[in-house]
Order: sequence, then C-alpha cells, then structure tokens
Amino acid sequence: MSARLESGHGAERSYGLARRWRSLTGTGETELVPQTRLAGPMPWVIAIMVALTAIALAAGLSLRNTVTSAQAELHGGLTVQIVEAGEQARKDQAAAVVARLREMGGVVSYRLIPDAEVNALIEPWLGTDVEDGESEGGAGAVPVPALIDVQLDRAVSEARLSTIRSALAQVAPSARVDAQSSWLEPVFDAIESLQWLSIALVVLLAIALTAAVLLAARTALGAARDTIEIVHLLGGTDRQIARVFQRSTGVDAAAGSGVGFALALVVILFLARRFAGLGAGMVDNGALRWTDWLALALVPVFATVLAMVTARLTVLHTLRKML
Amino acid sequence: MNQPADGEIAHFDNVGLRYGTDREVLSDLSFTLFPGSFYFLTGASGAGKTSLLKLLYLAQRPSRGIIRMFGSDAITLPRDKLPLMRRRVGVVFQDFRLVPHLSAFDNVALPLRVGGIGERELARPVADMLDWVGLADRMDARPATLSGGEQQRVAIARAVIARPDILIADEPTGNVDPDMAVKLLRLFEALNGLGTTVVVATHDVHLLKKVPDSMIMRLDKGRLSDPTGALRFPPRRTTTREPVR
Repeated sequence: MSARLESGHGAERSYGLARRWRSLTGTGETELVPQTRLAGPMPWVIAIMVALTAIALAAGLSLRNTVTSAQAELHGGLTVQIVEAGEQARKDQAAAVVARLREMGGVVSYRLIPDAEVNALIEPWLGTDVEDGESEGGAGAVPVPALIDVQLDRAVSEARLSTIRSALAQVAPSARVDAQSSWLEPVFDAIESLQWLSIALVVLLAIALTAAVLLAARTALGAARDTIEIVHLLGGTDRQIARVFQRSTGVDAAAGSGVGFALALVVILFLARRFAGLGAGMVDNGALRWTDWLALALVPVFATVLAMVTARLTVLHTLRKML
Repeated sequence: MNQPADGEIAHFDNVGLRYGTDREVLSDLSFTLFPGSFYFLTGASGAGKTSLLKLLYLAQRPSRGIIRMFGSDAITLPRDKLPLMRRRVGVVFQDFRLVPHLSAFDNVALPLRVGGIGERELARPVADMLDWVGLADRMDARPATLSGGEQQRVAIARAVIARPDILIADEPTGNVDPDMAVKLLRLFEALNGLGTTVVVATHDVHLLKKVPDSMIMRLDKGRLSDPTGALRFPPRRTTTREPVR
C-alpha cells in the first residue's frame, strides 16, 4: 500500500515538473487530447514505406541515367560493314566508303577498324585463325567483314540513314549501314518499362502510406472521442484538435521517415558498390548524381508532410460530423 | 465578453426534443433566462433535466422550436461559430467528464487553453481556483486517483475558471458532503453576484431554500412548470452590475 502511495506521489511529482516545463515553453495545447501517437506500429510502417519508396526511386533514377548516358554515347553513331568474301574486293570497297564519307556533309569522324582489332573482337567466339584459312586458301576460312565506325553531327533519322545507304551503295555494293542506337532499342524499351514500374511503385507506396495514416488517425480519433467531445463542449475548435493530431503524426512520421531513409541509404550504397564491381560501362553510367541524391533526400520530407496533411484532413473531416 | 444585445442569455420558444423516432423527451418549452439570474431546475429522475441542459450548453440541437443564445439563433448558427458561443457557457456535468489523462491542474486549465490563454497567464488563476475548492495539494493528481467529491470539485473549478456568462450545473452537489455543498453553492452565488447567470439542476429540495433569490423551473415529463413565476413574469432580479472579467 505504501509502495503504491509512493509510486502515486512519484507520478504526481513528475507530472508537476512537466506542468512547470509547459509553463516555461508554452506548449499546453498539446495536452488537449491524449498524446498516444497514432498507433504503436505507425512509425515502423512509415519507415518501411519510406525505405521502399527511396529504393524504388533510386532504381528508377539509376535506370534513367543509364539510358540517358547510353543514348548520348550512341547519338549520331553509324556502323558500316563491308560484307564481302573476297579480301581484295572488301578492302577496295572499304577504301571507297572511306573516300565517300570524307566528301559527305554532316560526318564528324570516321574510322576504319583495323583487322587486328576486329579479330580481337571476335576471338572469343571464332578463335585466332579466322583469316589464316583464307590467306592460305584453306576451306575452313571465315571471312570477316570490314568495319567502319562513323560519327555524324546529329541524331540518325530514318531518312538520313536511307540517304547515306544509297550514297554508299553506289561505291560499295556490299556495304551494310546500321545506326548504333537501333541495336540497343529493345534494351532501352525494356529499361523504360522498368522506369515506369519504379514510378508506379513510388505512387502506390504514397497511396499506401496515405491509407495507413488515414486508418491510424481514425483509430486514434475513435479512442479519444470522449476527450474530443469534452474539448468541443468547452469551446475547443476543430482546428485546435486537428493541430494536436497533426503534430503528433508529424513526430511519428519524421521518426519513421528518418529510420526508413537510413535503411534505404544502406541498401542503395551496398547495391551501388556491388554494381560498380561489375566494371560494365553501361552499369557504371547509372551512378546517381547529386540531383538524384537531393530527390532521394526529399522522400522522407515528402512522406512526413503527406502524413501530416492526411492526418489533419482526416481529423477535420471526422470532426465535421460531430456537433 | 459582450452581454447579449437584447438583455437575455437564452430564449427558448416552443422547443421540443426527441431522440431518434421515440416520443418527445421535452415538449413545448418556452422560457427566457436573463443575465444575472439564479435558476434551479428541478424534477424527478427522467423528467428531462439533463436533456434540457444539453440544449442549453449546445451539445444537442432541438427537434423543433427556436433557441436563441446570447441574442443569436443557436440552431442556424454556423458550426464554426459554435466554439465561441460555447466558451461563454460553463458546464458542470453530472458525471464530471474530466479528461482522464490530464491532472487536476490541466483539467481546470482546459477552458483557458482552448480560449488561447498562455501557459504563464493561466498558472496563477488555475492554482487559485484549485486552492479555493480545497484541492491545492492535489493539483498534479489524475482523476482516477481522486475521490468522487474531489472529481466533482475539479469539474466545478473547470466550469467557472473562465468566468462564463452562464453556468450550468447538473446535480453539482450530488457527491459532496453538506459543508462542501454549501461552500459550492456560495461559489455559485458569488459568481452570480458578478453577473453570471446560474442554472443548477437538482432534486435536492433543501438546496433550493439556501439561495433565497433563486427562481425555480420544474420539469415534469418533459414539460416545464413555473412555481416562482420565473417563466411567466419578468425576473425578480436582473443584474445592473457589470460582469467582472
């Protein structure tokens, strides 16, 4: 019994200290309704949402960077292949194409790929003696096309590609002209789909966060209904009550967002390191820029603001039904 | 606060109240409450006292009739104007309705806080009020640790702390000893002397005799009778004193 009394007096003493603190800081309004937070797991739900959103956004931004960078590299690029079995004829046509390109307007640069470089490219598939057979007249020889890498001053349109094909066909009937970007078009399409998927994920997660806060706010309102009714009867306004819930939600959301963002950072940095280790040029180009990091940093801020606005509107909407 | 322009606190005209589709619990209520008057509302249990008080403290809208509070139509009043009107009404609820998570101090401070009074300004009057009702040493106690009588005193302190234009008390002396009952009645009288209209619902006939200038409104099966002529004739006492704020 005496222990209970002591415990009761201890609680009153700490409450007295809290009252004096409020008197100093002027924060009494927060006491209008119970400060029970929206619900126990709410900050963790927000943390998970924010982590998933940040990761999805980082993936989307990285994919965008990959595509943008690859498209910039392939912008205006052409490859001319001289597919001719006879070596001399192949060389003659290649020389003719080079001469024709030199005269052609809009060509920034061109380069006849040396045979050694071409052989090195196909070596993993065909071995080292692809030219030997032909030079010795062997039956197993594999004719390798001559390659010319061309860079135009602007993007390659279908019309321009057609004009170049016609011009080169006049001097080199065996020439095949392809825009470099067209080879990767299916890859770009696939990456674009993934980008849309990441955007959809971000939107869905924002909707899920809103729904979670809405449900939690309604539950908290239901639990505090008696108190709210008393505050109403004493002349409390809907805005005063909504402000208290909004503030409480803001604290929950900020804490949850902070934890979620930290978690997302760990995952993003870990994945970035793993992909960087691949050493593949296209993947390297997907590295996040400072503007991307800024966008990611806005995710927890946006989540907190979204949660606060949702809580406020939910509370105001519910209170409007009370007299 | 402003006094009503037309010299009345509340005016009921042919007011009826029913809950849902049941029969009317209040019927044909027509009366006027004047500034500075002291009214007792009596009647047997179930006569409709609490329902009438609910209409007075704007917790309920009537099913029919007209209610004017402080000169404004309380029925058509926009919802966002209700809080300001409610701040002019002090209420002692029959079941106290203290906020369980708040201390006695914070419960009493509640009307001042919703009225926008700063923490520094409200500390002294709240402490004084709790001292007056004999709870200076229980300021930081939560309602669950207070006795019924102590809770009732906190409820009364909360109702009068903001010096309302009208004080409505539903059985305010039901849980206190006779000495405290008289003391509380003296508090109501003191407030009444400062210009506050007081309405006390009670079935304690001894209480009625303790305030000689009071007027009695009797409810019987939802209808009012008027043994002191309070409803039929001009009030026997209207205040000429300025309310102290």
